[in-house]
Amino acid sequence: MDTQSKFFDEMFGGADTPRSPYSRYFDWFESEDPKELRKKSLEAEAFFRRIGITFNVYGQKGADERLIPFDIVPRIISAREWQRLEKGIEQRVRAINAFLHDIYHRQEIVRAGRLPQALIARNVAFEPKMIGVNPPGGVYTHIVGTDLVRTGEDEFYVLEDNARTPSGVSYMLENRETMLQMFPELFTKLKVRPVSSYPQSLRRSLSDCAPPAFDGDKPVIAVLTPGIHNSAYFEHAFLADQMGAELVEAHDLRIIDGRVAMRTTRGFTPIDVIYRRIDDEYLDPLNFKPDSMLGVPGILDVYKSGGITIANAPGTGIADDKALYSYMPDIVEFYTGEKAILQNVPTWRCSEPDSLKYVLDNLADLVVKEVHGSGGYGMLVGPAASKRELARFEKKLRARPGAYIAQPTLALSTVPIMTKKGLAPRHVDLRPFVLVSPQKVRITPGGLTRVALKEGSLVVNSSQGGGTKDTWVLGD
Amino acid sequence: MLGKTAGGLFWMFRYLERCENTARLIDAGWRIALTRLGDGDNEWESIINTAGIRDLYEQKYDNFDAAHAINFLLRDTDNPSSVLSSIGVARSNARLVRTALSAEVWEAVNEYWMTMKAALARPVSDRNLPKVLHEIRSQTAVVRGTLAGTMLRNDIYNFCRLGTFLERADNTARILDVKYYVLLPSASFVGSSMDNTQWENILRSVSAERAFGWLHGGDISAPAVADFLILDKRMPRSLAFCNEKIRGNLEHLQQDYGPRQPCQDFADAICAKFTGRHVDDVFEDGLHEFLEASIRDNTMLASHIENDFRFNG
Repeated sequence: MDTQSKFFDEMFGGADTPRSPYSRYFDWFESEDPKELRKKSLEAEAFFRRIGITFNVYGQKGADERLIPFDIVPRIISAREWQRLEKGIEQRVRAINAFLHDIYHRQEIVRAGRLPQALIARNVAFEPKMIGVNPPGGVYTHIVGTDLVRTGEDEFYVLEDNARTPSGVSYMLENRETMLQMFPELFTKLKVRPVSSYPQSLRRSLSDCAPPAFDGDKPVIAVLTPGIHNSAYFEHAFLADQMGAELVEAHDLRIIDGRVAMRTTRGFTPIDVIYRRIDDEYLDPLNFKPDSMLGVPGILDVYKSGGITIANAPGTGIADDKALYSYMPDIVEFYTGEKAILQNVPTWRCSEPDSLKYVLDNLADLVVKEVHGSGGYGMLVGPAASKRELARFEKKLRARPGAYIAQPTLALSTVPIMTKKGLAPRHVDLRPFVLVSPQKVRITPGGLTRVALKEGSLVVNSSQGGGTKDTWVLGD
Repeated sequence: MLGKTAGGLFWMFRYLERCENTARLIDAGWRIALTRLGDGDNEWESIINTAGIRDLYEQKYDNFDAAHAINFLLRDTDNPSSVLSSIGVARSNARLVRTALSAEVWEAVNEYWMTMKAALARPVSDRNLPKVLHEIRSQTAVVRGTLAGTMLRNDIYNFCRLGTFLERADNTARILDVKYYVLLPSASFVGSSMDNTQWENILRSVSAERAFGWLHGGDISAPAVADFLILDKRMPRSLAFCNEKIRGNLEHLQQDYGPRQPCQDFADAICAKFTGRHVDDVFEDGLHEFLEASIRDNTMLASHIENDFRFNG
């Protein structure tokens, strides 16, 4: 394969021989029959279909369930690399929780002049109903998925802090399961740190945040899903199953005597902790969006009176708001007293006239994102856009500059994937999964590696043709 | 267990049973069509009747041509009881209740659905029909086997079984009723060779021709077949057998849950109608009336169960 590229390749790093984390894997790979390996790729697909690991794509009639393509070449991270990432992520997640507590209480950071008041007060992700509320155990973001990208040997950037309802953890677990089944011998050659304890850790983290009203010996936990048609339904069912929780929809729930109770075959049973996989605005039709069919009327009042724990807490979306993103290094420093270990991607806030001018002048080189968008929808990748697309986006930017931020096109690292012609580099990102309890921050070694399967593409989202890889953190 | 989950399990197994029964019906019709010497498509008419989908069918077709009937029964998604619709509903319920199923049961249902989606993507040719019908039977057997071999005998299992036997009882009663109803207009048929062919057809559509042969030799008569399919507790598709199973599963639920539910009284009353009953009395009172009442009882019982265990709130 061509190792001379302007992008950092994690397997070869620009040389002919693999970088050290990959050396053993590469030896094994070279000794395998390429035909057999390609057959394994098909096997993996059949395996995923049989288990039913699928997602639903919005806006495509007929194509209701699809597989996320899985690539059999793992992404490997050394113990040393991981140590630094782990420290950086923990620091960032602690800062986010302190920040959330602060902005829903005294707003010291605004008083100190480190964050403009307007960014909070006029932000739709800020939830006034959470002001003064103390979530059980003091935890706001029980589950976080920190999106990281890499551009060089030691250069990692945080792209996004997913602090609402990050998804993808089921793929992390199933990808590993698949690799263990297909290549058991590899796991005897390399010491790969296991990821399988995630569901138990999730259960423990949620149990540690039981609400004041809990009085049994084991908190009752439920996963709240929008239902079978949601794109991540598989994951909701998977997590409920793996941690021994109930999988509920809003119509299974009712508020009885100040508790949220689920309708069982024996009657109504109170729930202590709800891991919700629906957005804030749908959570409670009485307090938020009145026409939501997905939510439980009055659940926020039960929450405030200590009758239930909602994970993640309502109003955490402000922490991963793209308009606030550029302030994250300050936020980390303000609450931890330390410099941020992980870097932020340089960001232009289009709401500021000078920045807007720069962005418009350099549109063809930048990535422009909607402040409240997600999943790769509604974003512009300048270098890949046509003249017409650029012109159309320019209009949008001028009309609503405050709705956008811009970042340089990052030289995302590549990891090879298996193609018909052998190994070929493709761009990747990484989403490690973080669990926060009052006592501890737990980070599963590895995470979900998303890979843009199209040659040269920088968009890794599954909704835009991305695939996944198993992610290995080495033990020593 | 959530009420919704209990309902999902119940309907999942009703639809799986329906898949299999529809396949059996097609098989019976197909064999008769192959061995019949005269012309006319009236066999398919009676099969469409039996499946309880005549109104739907007539909205689409004005004759009972074999190709139309088979297509409608197998793969037409406008027919909610077609094999393709049924396995779709069964699988969608399985997704809903995934956390209550063993991995093996889920995978068996998922694979069943994938196989059928591929096999029924296009109309099935005459040549392929036996293969497809065989596939349906064997995939159903795999689901049933994984259920028996991997599931705890707890409330989850009871709701699966309740769905299975309610659907099966409904199906057996319908098959008998329609056949009898078809025969009724000309009383001269009773005991004739035409009549015997019809009864044989019934046995075939519940895969019971061999079992019947063991018990009754070659003597196929209306009372013998009716006795076999209504009252014989050894026959796993008879009304008496299915209703006993329903009662047993409800009893098991009571041992687990505590309070006795109204549906149990209802199930007991249904079972009492079969115990100690002689088939001659059934004919005396009218087979059609008996079967009609039985189908009605079945529907009522299902709605009692639905209420007592809070399937829908």
